[in-house]
This record gives sequence, C-alpha cells and structure tokens, in this order.
Amino acid sequence: MENFLTAHKIHDLLVKKQVTDKELVDSCIERIEKYDGTIGAYLNKNYEEARKAADKVDEKISKGEEIGCIEGVPFALKDNICTKGIPTTCASKMLEGFVPPYDASVTEKLYKARAVLIGKTNMDEFAMGSSNENSAFKKVKNPWDIDRVPGGSSGGSAAAVASGEAAFALGTDTGGSVRQPASLCGLAGLKPTYGLVSRYGLIAFASSLDQISPFTRDVHDMALILNAIAGYDAKDSTSYNRQTMDYRKALTGDIRGMKIGIPVEYFKEGIDEKVKKSVFEAIDIFKSLGTEVFEVSLPHTEYSLAVYYILSSAEASSNLARYDGIKYGYRAKDYTDAIDIYTKSRSKGFGDEVKRRIMLGTYVLSAGYYDAYYKKAMKVRSLIKQDFEDAFKKCDILISPTSPTTAFKIGEKTQNPLSMYMSDICTVPINIAGVCGMSLPCGFLNNLPVGMQLIGNYFDEYKLIKAGYAFQKNTNYHKMTPEIREGE
Amino acid sequence: MMGVSRKDVQYVAELARLEFKSEEIDRFTHDLNNVLDYVNKLDELDTENIEPLANPVHIENALREDELEESLDREEVLMNAPDKLHGYFKVPRIIEG
Repeated sequence: MENFLTAHKIHDLLVKKQVTDKELVDSCIERIEKYDGTIGAYLNKNYEEARKAADKVDEKISKGEEIGCIEGVPFALKDNICTKGIPTTCASKMLEGFVPPYDASVTEKLYKARAVLIGKTNMDEFAMGSSNENSAFKKVKNPWDIDRVPGGSSGGSAAAVASGEAAFALGTDTGGSVRQPASLCGLAGLKPTYGLVSRYGLIAFASSLDQISPFTRDVHDMALILNAIAGYDAKDSTSYNRQTMDYRKALTGDIRGMKIGIPVEYFKEGIDEKVKKSVFEAIDIFKSLGTEVFEVSLPHTEYSLAVYYILSSAEASSNLARYDGIKYGYRAKDYTDAIDIYTKSRSKGFGDEVKRRIMLGTYVLSAGYYDAYYKKAMKVRSLIKQDFEDAFKKCDILISPTSPTTAFKIGEKTQNPLSMYMSDICTVPINIAGVCGMSLPCGFLNNLPVGMQLIGNYFDEYKLIKAGYAFQKNTNYHKMTPEIREGE
Repeated sequence: MMGVSRKDVQYVAELARLEFKSEEIDRFTHDLNNVLDYVNKLDELDTENIEPLANPVHIENALREDELEESLDREEVLMNAPDKLHGYFKVPRIIEG
C-alpha cells in the first residue's frame, strides 16, 4: 500500500472500497513498528483502540452507510493535548504517567469526526524548544535526514506525518512550533488565528500565544482538518464566537487579483540566501497565477523575538506554577515539608530549558522589573499588531520564509539558547499579533525541504488556503516524500 | 540595565520554587544575562503613549449562567494524585499546632 496517503485520498479509497480501514490502520501501524525506532515520533501508541475504530468504519462502509470526509483517517496528537484514559506527558518527567480524566475539545471533535487516533507524539518538554532535543524521553529525528532535527516543539507530530506514520497530526504553535517543523519536514502547517480553535484541554505554555495547529500533507487536507477543529467553545474563555465556514470553498485554484505583500524585514540578514531564493521562486509562481505582488514594511519586526521571550516566559512561569507535586504529576521523595515538596519536585521534574524559561519569566514579573520588561513587551506587542493591521489594509496575504534555514544538525544549537531562539525569528510575530500563518514546502536544498510562510489577517484562514491550494496545483513540492535511512 | 548576579538568580529561584547546584547557578546566571542583554533592545523604542496589549484578539468577558453541571468524577481525578487519603489529596502537616 502507498505510505504517504492524504486524508482526501484515503476517503476516496475507502468509499470506492479499494481498501478497508483495517488495512489502512494496520499498514500505518506496520510503518510505525518499522521506522519509529529510528524516528522517535511517538511517545504512546493507541493501536488497540485504533483497530477497533477502524472495524467500526469498515462495518459502516459494508452496510452502505455514508462516511464523513476524515472518517477512518489515522492521525496523531501532540502529547500536550489531553486524551481521556491515554497518557499525556508533555514529554516531561513532571507528567510521566499522567492520565487525563477528560478529552481536550479538539480530541472530542476529531473523535466525533471518527478520525482514528494512532498515538501521542513526542515534543520539546512543555512545548519549549525549536528542535525536539528538549524531550525528557527521546529525541525525534528528521525523516529527510536522521542526523538532523525535525524542528520543534511539535517535531514528533511533524515527523509522524512526514514519515508516513500518520495521515495528519495536531501540534501546538506558540511561536512557530508547528510552522517551523512543517517547514523542516516538508509539510503544510497552519497556525490559526488566536481564538479560532479551542484550547480547552491543551496543557498551557503561554496562554495568549498558544494555538492548536494541524500538520497535513497538502492544503486540501488542511481545509478538511480546519473544518473539523475550528469553532466556538464555551469551555475556552478566549474562544472567538463567530460564524463557522467551510474551508473547502477556498479550494478553487483561482487567485487572480489577489494582493500579496512581501514584508521586506523578513528577508534581511540571518536568513539563508538559498532559502530566500526558493521563496522568491515561489513568489514568481504566485505572480504567474495573476496575483499582484508588492513590497510592504512591518517596521517593528526586529523586536518580535524579544517581546516573545519576555511574554511567553512570563506566561509560562505562571502557568507552570501549578506543578507542585500535590494534585498530580511527579512528587520527589525525601521531602521535609510541603514547601520542600514543591521545590524538590519541580527541580527534579523539569528539564533545563523549562527551568530557564521559568527563571526568565519569574524574573521579568518580579517586583521592580515588571514595568521594564513585561509591561514594556506588552506595549511593543501593540506596535507589532499595528504593523500587521497596516499591512493588511493594502494586501490580502503576506509571504515570507518560515525558517531561516533548512533542518539543522542534532546538537548544533543546544549549547547556545539564543541561537536556538533565532530559529523562530520569522514565525513569532504572527503569534504576537494573533493573526494566522501557514507554512508550505516551496523547494529543496540538498534534499532538505524549504518552507515558505503565508500570513493572513485575523480569521482569514480561507485566503491562506486559497493561495496555498493554487500554489500546490501548480507545483509538486508537497508530493515529495523522504526515503528513511534506518538508524541504530 | 544592570546585569543579573548570582544572588539575583538565587532569589528568583526561590520565588519559582526551584533549587540549583552551584555550577547550575553559574550557568543560569550566564544564560539569563545573555537573554536579558538581547531583550534590552526594546529600550530603543519610545512606548510612552502606547497601550499594553494582553490578548491579541479582543473578546468581551466570557460570562455564563451559574448553573449546576456534571463535573469530573472524584475517583478519576484522584487517580493522578501522588498521595491521597479518603478521597482527599494528602500533604504533610502545614499548620503547626
């Protein structure tokens, strides 16, 4: 069986009875068993339930009942999205063995659409990182080159889809944690507008930036998955109450007259020249499709990363205060009193990068520094948001590189936290402003995928899908698949 | 702005309920100073009359009726507790008496 099937192709095969869902799910499991020892995408596998779910889908099909458009499609969830009865660890020793007593809203929605959960995926601990080297359990390898990182923090979800171990996956994107790994693994990765997808049941990192975000093989699938997970949820007080739409309507292929802005600040120093060249070649394709392309300026871009590290660390230090060794999670042994439980459990339960962010966050929120750092960053956040609002008065979407480079070597950036943080330089402004962004493959350098980022205004996901679909109709980058070199 | 000292790091660690070995304090002091040096570039900007922004997408307070709803099962919730007793979380004595 073909290993790199899209969700829409799977639907066609099931409806035409060319394959059973049992066969599909089994072949996916076989592939995980063959390759995941090398790739390390999964932390927890859900085979038994997946097979049962597949049987039910097959039963419906054999009775001649209609099936939904992602029904029976095998998918993976990042291990910070709650799944009732299935361990959810955030790849942290702190939550090792934690079994949520409830499902996240997105989990419920995908179950309701009868997609088939194959397993939970590896990640940087508590979603903090850009390379997946911060998992407390194991590193994830890039399927295109197992000596390289898949990106992060949703690297497990990206690697699972890129290696054919799932048809699609959900990750979470706080500063680029889905778009950057999508770029490094040759996939579509969409960070929706803040508030479009419910965060209920997502284990929080930075609540004003986090957004649950899908990885798919192509833009057609992106429309299907976004249809399944978007929408108002009373359980998330930041969920935005607005009319839902069918994103499939954006799959027209016709983008004549669309206005595309090139934000000049995203093509400055620090971005690999060859990556820029690939993005400019993609821009030429957009021009040939009848769009109007011109330069725009987002003058505060260079301050985004500083704002991001202050705000995300501040929010993280507050969110992660709940891990105290009392109600759930890791509790250290040999404590003397309650305070000692907190201190010992947190010191032994969290890894270095998580501690680094908690320390930075606690520092910028502490008395005497709040105004200088936290409040200052919130003010600059206003300026960054204003930049986007001004740009979107002139154009429909923006286009930029997603990541400054293609996938880097494992270990290359672990010694210097700041150089690792720079990986997100093109993606963090989108989270700060709360607008939407989608990474799509737009070229290859030395057999490694290059990603471009399409950026849209608030709730303009359909424009990203429209532009992305037109691009993919005229290119083949999204059809490329890696040949996985088996490791140790 | 002034750099962060080892003493500052120890103080912040206490606030965050974290403890570090001596060499870890050196490392965290170094890393924290590096990141703060970098984020200090925000001082280049005059933000005197700019409003701080907490939530990128404006939403009015989400309120709901105070109605009785089913909540999580106590046993299921306690399943994740490191230590429990008779349906409660168990902790060491906090109030001396």
